[in-house]
Amino acid sequence: MSDPMAEIKASFFIECDELLESLQDGLQLMDEGEADSETVNVVFRAVHSIKGGAGAFGLDDLVKFAHRFETAMDDVRSDKLEATHDVLKLFFQCGDILADLVREARENEPHDPSRTAQVLTEIDSLLGSSAEDEDEEEVEFQPMTLSLDLPGIDADPIPASEPSYTIVFEPENELYSLGNEPLFLLRALRELGDMHVTCETKSLPDLDQLSAEIGTMIWTIQLTTSEGEAAIKEVFDFVDGICRLEITENSPAMASLLPDLDLAPDLAPELPPLPMPAAAENPSVETPFVAPEKSSPPSPPATDAKPAQATPSQDTKPAPKASGAATAPRATVRVDLHRIDRLVNLVGEIVINQAMLTQSVEEAGLPPNSTVRTGLEEFLQLTRDIQESVMMIRAQPVKSLFQRMGRIVRESSADIGKDVRLKTEGENTEVDKTVIERLADPLTHMIRNAVDHGLESNAEREASGKSAAGNVHLTAMHRSGRVVIEVSDDGAGINREKVHQIAVEKGLVPPELQLTDTEIDNLLFLPGFSTAKEVSNLSGRGVGMDVVRSAIQALGGRISITSERGKGTTFSISLPLTLAVLDGMIISVAKETLVVPLNSILETLTLTPSDLLEFGPETHVVNIRNTFVPLLDLGAELGYREPLSDYSGTVVLLIMQEDGSRAAVVVDAIEDQRQVVIKGLQDSYGRVPGIAAATILGDGKIALILDPVDLITQSSGRTRPMSNLEKIAG
Amino acid sequence: MTDTSKTPDIHKDGDEIELLSFLVGGQDYSVDIMSVREIRGGAQATSLPHSPSYVRGVINLRGAVLPIIDLAKRLGMQEEQKNDRNVIIVVAVGERTVGLMVDAVSDILSISQEDMQPPPEMRADQNRNFVSALTIVNDRMIRVLDLNAVMPETNEEAA
Repeated sequence: MSDPMAEIKASFFIECDELLESLQDGLQLMDEGEADSETVNVVFRAVHSIKGGAGAFGLDDLVKFAHRFETAMDDVRSDKLEATHDVLKLFFQCGDILADLVREARENEPHDPSRTAQVLTEIDSLLGSSAEDEDEEEVEFQPMTLSLDLPGIDADPIPASEPSYTIVFEPENELYSLGNEPLFLLRALRELGDMHVTCETKSLPDLDQLSAEIGTMIWTIQLTTSEGEAAIKEVFDFVDGICRLEITENSPAMASLLPDLDLAPDLAPELPPLPMPAAAENPSVETPFVAPEKSSPPSPPATDAKPAQATPSQDTKPAPKASGAATAPRATVRVDLHRIDRLVNLVGEIVINQAMLTQSVEEAGLPPNSTVRTGLEEFLQLTRDIQESVMMIRAQPVKSLFQRMGRIVRESSADIGKDVRLKTEGENTEVDKTVIERLADPLTHMIRNAVDHGLESNAEREASGKSAAGNVHLTAMHRSGRVVIEVSDDGAGINREKVHQIAVEKGLVPPELQLTDTEIDNLLFLPGFSTAKEVSNLSGRGVGMDVVRSAIQALGGRISITSERGKGTTFSISLPLTLAVLDGMIISVAKETLVVPLNSILETLTLTPSDLLEFGPETHVVNIRNTFVPLLDLGAELGYREPLSDYSGTVVLLIMQEDGSRAAVVVDAIEDQRQVVIKGLQDSYGRVPGIAAATILGDGKIALILDPVDLITQSSGRTRPMSNLEKIAG
Repeated sequence: MTDTSKTPDIHKDGDEIELLSFLVGGQDYSVDIMSVREIRGGAQATSLPHSPSYVRGVINLRGAVLPIIDLAKRLGMQEEQKNDRNVIIVVAVGERTVGLMVDAVSDILSISQEDMQPPPEMRADQNRNFVSALTIVNDRMIRVLDLNAVMPETNEEAA
């Protein structure tokens, strides 16, 4: 295949992805009962456009399936079929298969027809007996006259200026024996203008008597053209004398009476499945020839205009796709990811450089309003803007990921016969592309777990007074400068006794050890906690959760469980945005300079002796507006120094965790507040507890960036030196 | 001619290999010169919390974060007098780059493969684990450092 072709094909697949996305969106809306007629149209158009494009590339499997899907969709569109939940369930499956077929076509993978066949059978039963068995049609196909009754598809009105003609074309035997092909003539006619073809097949013999040399079919063609009768005759020039040809001009009045005789490419959905390529090879079988979309260039917008016509609000002929705001293609550029990454790195260097520049300007002691200072301020602003724009290039909404999860829910719930509804929220939350890609596997795992183990069976749910259909919620949001993705179900919750029992049986915990609920929940993350077999008897979960956890941790994320018996379980993943830059507060403790992410700091305060309360023998709490917050000494937690003997008068940062809990962290001084570039430590050194990354300060030194939540989780909370115990206690 | 990430004793083809020799706690050590990226003066390192004592911290190497290993401590030597004239040899081991803090760089040596001896088994000191070969130059014993062994353990997940 030549290169330009491959390129067109590649852009077709990109378009397919967008179309599949709007298809999913539309179906989702319909399922939630919030669809209007336009939603149905959008869905229909999506399938139709995929079909059109696929035809151009000869992706037959895709075309065939899309065609059947489209036919079913059209019934919904024309209100012949009600879009019930079951119907939509089938449509969702169709959408999944369509996505599979697109992927297979893209990857050049072989197609497995069994799944498709099953869904097609279901579509057939849905539509009644209207569809033929596709596999055998090449042999059994009975030519039939095409119905012109096309509800729901209003064709474009014929422009009055163009005369229309009725052409009757009856090839004689000689036409065939000389090797002429009526198909090509009809195609040539189509070049002249809009046309509609019917075929008279009354005299067609049975299949066993059929001969390619004997003409038995008569075509009647309605052609609208401005080219005139001479042009039509010219088409038939080569077969002059070996066929019967009648050309009559229709009166304009008649033409307007027959608007739906106008050929619309959308007629195709009304057709029984037609093996186009086979027909082209075998003229004697081929009959109702309607302008083959397959041979048309991949220009779905051209055909899109038509369904849009169905909405009466559009008074004039709408621009292609104009009515489908959701599917409106955005102008995009495909860029090599490496180039973007390079840009991200360069911007990072600018930020460091700028910090150094600021520092030297300050050291030079220039007055605040000097031109250099003002210029630097502007430079700072620009840098920030550039940075944000660059970050936005890499960020993508989690929507595509969530849609994949929708499919996982459908498939896994169908496998085990549970009714499960997936609700998604925050689909437009943007996360770095890499995070999205690497999140797919762990999230799939968690969704499967929620459906398989989290939710009870339909009967059990009803018995416990819940709705028969289980609910799985998938939520994404930004919180404390991180992205939090939650998978929650309204199932039975974790059976803690059982989990504990299994952990003891497996020797993971000593039997006599008393565990808190949270500790028991966290047993699920232990490697080797359970194999699939044991967990499936369990209302809890645990299949490979250790794998999930390590995948999340590899992304710099954390995972936590909350569960309530009988109410459900929530898994919460918190991920860094992996932005290369963050706003930080520069602090110093024990002569070390550290950076605390600004978004994790709620407030800063200076401790007064009355704020400070002793808690345990080695710990303090701080009274902040009558709530007690644990006191942590950053210097002590990081091992830089021993706990201080007295904390009154020290500066503390009030830090909020993702779960809303707070901690007061003691630092020596707050130095500055500025943007810092994140330099990973993982690659060069490995993970450091309590430390998220490193950065380079204006003076060229490295400062560590704190991971406040990790620090708090790992903290000892020791704020009283052992030796001073007596003194403080006394 | 050599794979930079391997230690010298693996070289089969070359007759001679070049070693960068240096002093650590008064002893002569060396590394394959192909794994050396650069030699630079000591810089103030930012210490890493909860790190082993032999990890001095990290320094800024032209925008990259470079962990510094105090080689004397890593090799289990007695605490030497602190001098600020320490030298950092930046070496690449596999995918990772680290700086080795040594007392001084001495020489570049060309050693024939036959002159390399395997280190003897000595259980008393763990030192041997870091040495992949021995050789003699000018009556001084030069230890060839096993860089992989010197690298700090990556604590993927601190419990």
